[in-house]
Amino acid sequence: MPERLYEPRKAVHNKRIDGPFRRFKWLVMLVTLGIYYVTPWIRWDRGPYAPDQAVLVDLANRRFYMFSIEIWPHEFYFVAGLLIMAGIGLFLVTSAVGRAWCGYACPQTVWTDLFQHVDRFVDGDRNARIRLDAAPWTWSKVARRAFKWSIYLFIGFWTGGAWIMYFADAPTLVEDFWRGEAASVAYITVAVLTLTTVTLGGFMREQVCIYMCPWPRIQTAMMDEKSLLVTYKDWRGEPRGSVKKAAKNPDRFGDCIDCTQCVQVCPTGIDIREGPQIGCITCGLCIDACDRVMDDIGRPRGLIDYATLEDCEREAAGEAVKSPWRTLLRPRTIAYTMIWAGIGGALLFALGTRSHTELTVAPDRNPPFMLMSDGSVRNSYTLKIRNMESRPRAMEIAVEGLPGALMWTDTINRDEASATQRVTVPADLVRAVRAYVAVPVGTAPQQFEFRVTSLDEQRETDVVETRFDAPEDE
Amino acid sequence: MANKRIDQPTGTPTVGHEWDGIEELDTPLPRWWLWTFYLTIAFSVGYVIAYPAWPMIDRATEGVLGWSSRGELAEEMSAADQARATVREQLARIPIERLPEDGPLMQQAVAGGAAAFRVNCVQCHGSGAAGSQELGYPNLNDDDWLWGGDLKAIEYTLAHGIRQAGDDETRSSVMPPFAGAFDTDQLNALTDHVLAFSGKAESNPVGAQIYADNCAACHGIRGEGDRAQGAPTLNDAIWLRGSSREAIKQQILNPRMGMMPKWEGRLDPVTLKMLAAYVHSLGGGEDFVEVAEDPEVAVDEQP
Repeated sequence: MPERLYEPRKAVHNKRIDGPFRRFKWLVMLVTLGIYYVTPWIRWDRGPYAPDQAVLVDLANRRFYMFSIEIWPHEFYFVAGLLIMAGIGLFLVTSAVGRAWCGYACPQTVWTDLFQHVDRFVDGDRNARIRLDAAPWTWSKVARRAFKWSIYLFIGFWTGGAWIMYFADAPTLVEDFWRGEAASVAYITVAVLTLTTVTLGGFMREQVCIYMCPWPRIQTAMMDEKSLLVTYKDWRGEPRGSVKKAAKNPDRFGDCIDCTQCVQVCPTGIDIREGPQIGCITCGLCIDACDRVMDDIGRPRGLIDYATLEDCEREAAGEAVKSPWRTLLRPRTIAYTMIWAGIGGALLFALGTRSHTELTVAPDRNPPFMLMSDGSVRNSYTLKIRNMESRPRAMEIAVEGLPGALMWTDTINRDEASATQRVTVPADLVRAVRAYVAVPVGTAPQQFEFRVTSLDEQRETDVVETRFDAPEDE
Repeated sequence: MANKRIDQPTGTPTVGHEWDGIEELDTPLPRWWLWTFYLTIAFSVGYVIAYPAWPMIDRATEGVLGWSSRGELAEEMSAADQARATVREQLARIPIERLPEDGPLMQQAVAGGAAAFRVNCVQCHGSGAAGSQELGYPNLNDDDWLWGGDLKAIEYTLAHGIRQAGDDETRSSVMPPFAGAFDTDQLNALTDHVLAFSGKAESNPVGAQIYADNCAACHGIRGEGDRAQGAPTLNDAIWLRGSSREAIKQQILNPRMGMMPKWEGRLDPVTLKMLAAYVHSLGGGEDFVEVAEDPEVAVDEQP
């Protein structure tokens, strides 16, 4: 028999617990899942030319809608900025309150928590589950497992099902989906996300955090002696001894009675008393468990508690601990906050001041200029006028800085040539206009400008400099 | 000769040959490699049966699937044609005079014409349709038209060509050569008179007289040209054969005359319509005014 090539997983059967941190976890789960499932169904009126879904990633038309914000592909830097903010936000949270993201808000945590509740609902609490795991495969166990896994599949399906709602009009998509008329990519996405949700949340669980996720490794580099951690105060707890032993020999034993409640409730199956470790996602459930035991045996709470390493040392030495505000407000957190707010402010400023009208100009290069029969010289340009408002807008195109220039277009005849022309750009689209510009005999080659102005109360304008080519001399 | 032995350090047999003291180990193949090899053999047998493979005398064996790269191309082309069928049918039905009324269809026609232009026309007129003065290919972007610049006239020119031998309806005009007819002074005077139309020289009585006697019948008394005969306008800025005195003299004495092939029969009527729309869209296209009464211009309305 060869050596085993891997270490088999030790299943985690965490015990039910109630307490402030557990209730906070419920609240966060409710809020995050609520946001996830409800958001695609929020409506937002944008007029007749744009979708009325508040948050929509419209890949087919290459638009991203988020309430009153509409982002075009060329503005992807907004999304990049948001991602940078999310990254720095994580840095901030980590340096202030440790791995709070891991413990409460990470989807892996939320879904694992959900699946663990399903386990408890179907198979009972910790001891019942351990027994069932060890039990032989009887029909009743098969039935139980089938029932539990079908609930897993159901959760996975709704996870994937909600995801696709962000990419199309939700009510229409639901109807099409059940009729079998939705795009194949919708079914594939749901299938893939069902599979990954069931695999990652239902079966892999804490192994994702411990072995797969890079974030715990990065976080260890970001924490210092001033970061809040879930800490077992070994100076108070050790050496461990039962209540009976401690009653006989009060000076020899610490507060920890080695009841292992903290281990039993841990969703990643670690022993917090071994000190800070990568498997600890700082969810605080062991604090709930330990506090309850301490209450029961009449010892002070906080044997396991959120604390900084610095404070632990102080407390151990009998000094006064610092105010929590000193932990939250220190140069590092303030710097992160300022960077985060700075990027956010810049994004908001860019968003608030961006123009919804844009012009690009491509001069014809073959031929660069054209002699007309009256001796005038004509150049041709392709103008692309971008209307980012969700309504058709009249725009004025003007030729500036080119004396005597007359312009006509592919839709406006030469009889009506003039230095300014009006066109209508359809809602939320780019319109390409072929513009012909002619100048009188003898005009030299020179630079000039096209100006586009929206003919509404916004009066948005964009100017592009370009070249007028002409024969050098006759 | 073969002298197989077991190589001691590796425990692997050798193939039994030796070259200047160098031997080769007979290392067994990895099993996965061997199976992959067998699989490729099995695949090749299937492939030879299913697809064209063995070269025969005039062509390869056909394969039971009947696939061929030409067939695949034909399928793709016909799929593309299918996709365009509606537009083509609409274009076939609409008389070209009414095409500009239908904006979207006109746009489709211009786009289709641009594609056809790149295949059939760029050889002479250039990819930018600017022609070539040196070679006498007209510029199609400007507003000077020898035979008319509205959609119908352009389509007619496309269909029947210019000076196309063997087409009775082709556009045809002849500039007679005047070599030997004038002496140098007369030629200079005539050239001055012609240049005077566009203000590039002083007119003079001698030149005016020669012009009136020999040229005005076709080119008009003020050099305004005549599209019905394809006589070029002489009083504008555009000179197909050049505007220098030399070029003009050359064109009087030994005129060069271009030729445009007829495309009817080589391109289908819808493509001709699209080409006409494209050329018309280049910036010099005219509305229907003058050529409306030209009796020779007929539109092929048969789809």
